Amino acid sequence: MTGMRSRREEFLSGIKAELPILIGGFPFGMIYGVLALGAGLPPGAALSMSFIIFAGSAQFISTQLFAAAAPGPVIFVTAVVVNLRHALYSASMAPYLQCLRPGWKWLLAYLLTDEAYAVAIIHYQRTQETIDCEAPDYRHWFTLGAGLALWATWLISTAVGIFLGAQVPASWSLDFTLALTFIALVIPALSDRPNWAAALSAGAVAVASYTLPLKLGLILASLVGIGVGLWVDSRT
Amino acid sequence: MNLWLTMIAIGMATFAIRFSFIFLFGKIEIPDTVRRALRFVPPAVLTAIIAPELLMPGEAFDLSLGNERLIAGLLAALVAWKTKNIILTILVGMLALYLLQALWR
Repeated sequence: MTGMRSRREEFLSGIKAELPILIGGFPFGMIYGVLALGAGLPPGAALSMSFIIFAGSAQFISTQLFAAAAPGPVIFVTAVVVNLRHALYSASMAPYLQCLRPGWKWLLAYLLTDEAYAVAIIHYQRTQETIDCEAPDYRHWFTLGAGLALWATWLISTAVGIFLGAQVPASWSLDFTLALTFIALVIPALSDRPNWAAALSAGAVAVASYTLPLKLGLILASLVGIGVGLWVDSRT
Repeated sequence: MNLWLTMIAIGMATFAIRFSFIFLFGKIEIPDTVRRALRFVPPAVLTAIIAPELLMPGEAFDLSLGNERLIAGLLAALVAWKTKNIILTILVGMLALYLLQALWR
């Protein structure tokens, strides 16, 4: 690695890396705010949910179930299953966070969303794969910058949705920026055959299993992709 | 009351899921296969999120030229591959999407 970057540099480039995702994240947060009110949640509860749960898909599905007057345990189990994919992110980030103090681990775990994970893990992989606790670096500040940028945007956009309504027309297709950002992150990371195999098989299974409820298709696709990647890796 | 209880329970469970392996790493023995598997999490997960967005924009599989998101996404992938530039990739992808929407509709 060429020259270690300071805390400030890492933090700011974490925010910068997250910016493209925020373009699509903001309208998503506003729509959540509108839906939560429509589902009968008081404004305070709708906003608190963004702080307490801080997971878009789980919040969408929970508010729908609240609106349908589903029992609490049903809502709980549903939301937890939707969020199970975060265990994969936790495992994937774990080696890079192993040298940090417990407080950092708690904080970065709270901020570990799809959007923050995507930019953080690619940053770790691109800069330096190996972790040496004897020679610490400040890359966790990058993860913090990305996580906080999304967190602040999520809370603000939720509040805007609750108090002002959704202001961005769907015809602008801003949600597509999330897929585009993920494309920009993943394509350069496909450096060898096992990585390509993992990506292609995961993509195929994700499409084939898209009708499975609660994002289970996403988990299934990821596990198949990881398995295929390992298998191709062991043959080469 | 029930609303708040449910919300807090979901929040705690979500945190526990996100914290799980970050907490356990170093405390338990991680099998070598699992360590090797971890490097395939990003390509697998990210592609699993992207693929349905491109291939089934209306919740139904669509491999035609009329699928604007697929064409725009493939163009963006080409830009990402050639330039590794995130902003350029997004710009080209969004421009292509708007152009195709204007052309097709």
